Amino acid sequence: MNYVIIGNSAAAIGCVEALRSSDPAGIITLISSEPHHTYSRPLISYLLQGKTDEERMKYRPDDFYQTNHVCAKLGCTVTKIDAKNQKVMTDSGETIAYSKLLIATGSRPFVPPMEGLETVKKQFHFMTLDDAKALEKALGPDQKVLIVGAGLIGLKCAEGILHRVQSVHVVDLADRILPSILDAEAAPRVQKHLEEAGVSFTLGASVKKFKANEAHLTNGEKVPFDIVVLAVGVRPNVELAKEAGCAVGRGIVVDENSKTTVANIYAAGDCTETVNAATGKTQVMALLPNAYLQGEAAGRAMTGGRDGFSTAIPENAIGFFGLHLITAGNYEGEADLVEDTETCYKKLFVKDGRLVGYMLIGDVHRAGIYTDLIRKKTPLASLDYDMLRKEPQLLAFSRTARDAMLAKSH
Amino acid sequence: MKRIYVNEDWCLGCHLCEYYCTFANSGLESMAYALKGKPLSPRIQVEEEGEIHFAVSCRHCDNPVCVKSCITGALSVEDNVIHCDTNKCVGCYTCIMACPYGCIMPATSGVIQKCELCTNNAHQKPLCVQGCPNEAIVFEER
Amino acid sequence: MPLNYIFPEFEVVRNADQCVACRACERQCANEVHHYSEEYGRMIADNSKCVDCQRCVTICPTHALKIVKSDNTFRENGNWSAQTIKEIYRQADSGGALLSSMGNPQNYPVYWDKILINASQVTNPSIDPLREPMETRVFLGKKPSTITRDENGELVTKRPPRLELSVPIMFSAMSYGSISYNAHASLARAAKELGIYYNTGEGGLHEDFYCYGPNTIVQVASGRFGVHKDYLNAGAGIEIKIGQGAKPGIGGHLPGKKVNEDVSHTRMIPMGSDAISPAPHHDIYSIEDLRQLIYSLKEATAYQKPVIVKIAAVHNVAAIASGIARSGADIIAIDGYRGGTGAAPTRIRDNVGIPIELALAAVDARLREEGIRNEVSIVVGGSIRSSADVVKAIALGADACYIASSALMALGCHLCRSCQEGKCNWGIATQRPDLVKRLNPNVGSKRLVNLITAWRHEIMEMMGGMGINSIEVLKGNRMMLRGIGLNEKELEILGIKHAGE
Repeated sequence: MNYVIIGNSAAAIGCVEALRSSDPAGIITLISSEPHHTYSRPLISYLLQGKTDEERMKYRPDDFYQTNHVCAKLGCTVTKIDAKNQKVMTDSGETIAYSKLLIATGSRPFVPPMEGLETVKKQFHFMTLDDAKALEKALGPDQKVLIVGAGLIGLKCAEGILHRVQSVHVVDLADRILPSILDAEAAPRVQKHLEEAGVSFTLGASVKKFKANEAHLTNGEKVPFDIVVLAVGVRPNVELAKEAGCAVGRGIVVDENSKTTVANIYAAGDCTETVNAATGKTQVMALLPNAYLQGEAAGRAMTGGRDGFSTAIPENAIGFFGLHLITAGNYEGEADLVEDTETCYKKLFVKDGRLVGYMLIGDVHRAGIYTDLIRKKTPLASLDYDMLRKEPQLLAFSRTARDAMLAKSH
Repeated sequence: MKRIYVNEDWCLGCHLCEYYCTFANSGLESMAYALKGKPLSPRIQVEEEGEIHFAVSCRHCDNPVCVKSCITGALSVEDNVIHCDTNKCVGCYTCIMACPYGCIMPATSGVIQKCELCTNNAHQKPLCVQGCPNEAIVFEER
Repeated sequence: MPLNYIFPEFEVVRNADQCVACRACERQCANEVHHYSEEYGRMIADNSKCVDCQRCVTICPTHALKIVKSDNTFRENGNWSAQTIKEIYRQADSGGALLSSMGNPQNYPVYWDKILINASQVTNPSIDPLREPMETRVFLGKKPSTITRDENGELVTKRPPRLELSVPIMFSAMSYGSISYNAHASLARAAKELGIYYNTGEGGLHEDFYCYGPNTIVQVASGRFGVHKDYLNAGAGIEIKIGQGAKPGIGGHLPGKKVNEDVSHTRMIPMGSDAISPAPHHDIYSIEDLRQLIYSLKEATAYQKPVIVKIAAVHNVAAIASGIARSGADIIAIDGYRGGTGAAPTRIRDNVGIPIELALAAVDARLREEGIRNEVSIVVGGSIRSSADVVKAIALGADACYIASSALMALGCHLCRSCQEGKCNWGIATQRPDLVKRLNPNVGSKRLVNLITAWRHEIMEMMGGMGINSIEVLKGNRMMLRGIGLNEKELEILGIKHAGE
């Protein structure tokens, strides 16, 4: 068997590990445009913050390709997939045949049109290691940074660089920070924490134009800057798949075995759209755990396995300046505000007798117990919800359920 | 493989496992010195209400969602034991979000900690098991 | 508040350097001795509640605790001991008879400790039990003295019912009620694994333990609690309890608070009612009456089960035993004055009955003299503390020994002698579910098996030293014993020579 994997991040690695657990002999070729050993993209903010370094950012050990017998073509870009003849072409002119192909091309920054952006000399994205290294070179104690976008990427960037620059100001069109994971009630708590740390915000406004070293916002405000970080959003890299004939919606369409609509082509990770198990709706969920699990499902399917991955849900664990938050699922149904104190904010969402989402800020202890209830769609009637809402705990389950968890192997 | 299993019929809620665990992972030779006046930071925790008590620690799942979710590669499986490389961990708590049993916890150092069956300390055999006065926690093949 | 004359008997000594305030002692003390003071940020103790059961000492992970006897002293008096004075204060407070538990702790002579065992030198070889076979198996019951043939001249091989023991030790009677479900489970499982027997006591047999029937002796006592046909047939043998060493002359008494739903069901009595066994069996006033009960029980069990008659060792025990041997009983069990109990009036426990060593020697001699020794087996209990006591008892004439206090110690008992309170911190003498839970039968049965296995090894070592390779040869072999520091009369009763003779 000839397995070809396009990509070198979580989905690709998940695929390699699944392939190798059932097919020690097949040939695996991994092609990645980035020249680096597999590394964790979410760690770039920690890199700038000084909490990790390039060595420790490696997602797998140095000998990963060697021990898994992977032919890694790093710094090599696939230019075309010939689905009919089962081949991929690279920018170095190579043609590589595949029996099974995984597209794990990830996503790229999305930049809305902004007047005068081309005049900004120090403008950066914040997705890849190279982005981070480029940004790092520009940082300095006299630098004022403007971050466009108050999502996860923008705010992690703010945390990562705050101590190395004069100021960080974040602008977002949404009326709150982290609009995709926090509601209007929860977001201000996190915003307050970030402000106390020294980050300033303009919300509900966007950049109308850049003029010299000043951003003119739609609300009339003028923000001076030296550096601009563009963190508005990302778009799945679907072009290769589209050309190969795969159905593409907002992302590449895949089933629970990560199969695309074209035979022997699989796709996984940020470039795909998948079913959100909490809602049943299809969406792009660009999240590392899901990417790995999808890639792994692809690897299993390529070697004849059938137990796909069907429990993808939106989930985020993130921290800013010591404040941790974990959110998962969707904020539909009945909101149950369990705790709203100085140190802790906790809201659960219950729909049709099931937990469908939660937001925890501050105390995130044992959050996985909630996550599992969402993934497994456990009926809340089967456990003691009053106990569970107060604290995630196994005591809330029946004795039988508990014994199954603790007295058996998994 | 041998794992830790708990039998709540025999758990007395004495919490000694939590103390033995904290001691085992303190790196110190004296339990008194390891625990006296210091916060307890066990990797096993007793849940209880009324007459129900039981201890919970990492299940070392064959299909470990924590390892698969880990964004840094700090969590890995070595000889069937789920191990955390605290040097790589950045404390993002994605594993805390993922673990269905709530068995991964923040460490005082800012990263995470979890039961590694005492393979990572001087005791080699789980000290919670050795210290359980009623064999409510056992280390065996099932 | 009226003055309490009784100063706490024990002091809890806590090593402040070692204590990490884990509060395990607090959680594990049913007497509520320990508690954590938020105000002082450390553990403190109420000495007055401590019974010195050693649970906290044992469980303390840093060995920060010890319990010591208070050295508070009354003015010295050769006649009035501190114990006597305190008992007077206690009775003046309560107006009640004093209650105690476990065996007689008074400083009477222990004859086992005044008897020494022989060993072979030169003229007859000793035996190495690691290299040569050694038989510790015994059979209890009547032993036919003649060989009989039927009309065709064929041997009659049908024998009276008997009990087979892999080692001459049994767990003696402790009722479900006086001890916990888990204590019973531990005893039953250990008896099965060891190939010996445990005894239900007078509390009936819990339905969960019918499966251990082949290793169970079911008891019939004066209260007849829990006795029915299935019960009688469930065990391997039946014991009629006439008396008990800790409280000869009175019946058992289980306070109503220990009679929970399970105990009530097993004993066939209403929940919460006191289970008071009459002092005598109201249908037994003579050996002839006893014979009637024995044969009623044999009839009910199709003559398949040996019947044991258990009596306390009292002054005229030899004559009583002779009567029992003639009454149809298969086994006589004799319980010495050191025998334990879950609750007994202190005065009776400490002043009534005689030592088992003397009783055993007297009974064995009497039955031999009367030529009826083979009619019954003799089982002795009432403080068999070690394998050496077992060897000495067998050489004095016993067929097997009953142990209970030692078995409970294997389960964790520290002889605090507070069983009557029902708050046993070791989960043994209690019915409180949170305390019963502390005795995991997986652990308990293993410890019992360990104890008896160790004793069996020691018995074989001692037998080997004497050049004896089976219990049968040791039985009644008083030449293997010598007394030390005993007077003529004592040696005469024990039927042994003095050391040096």
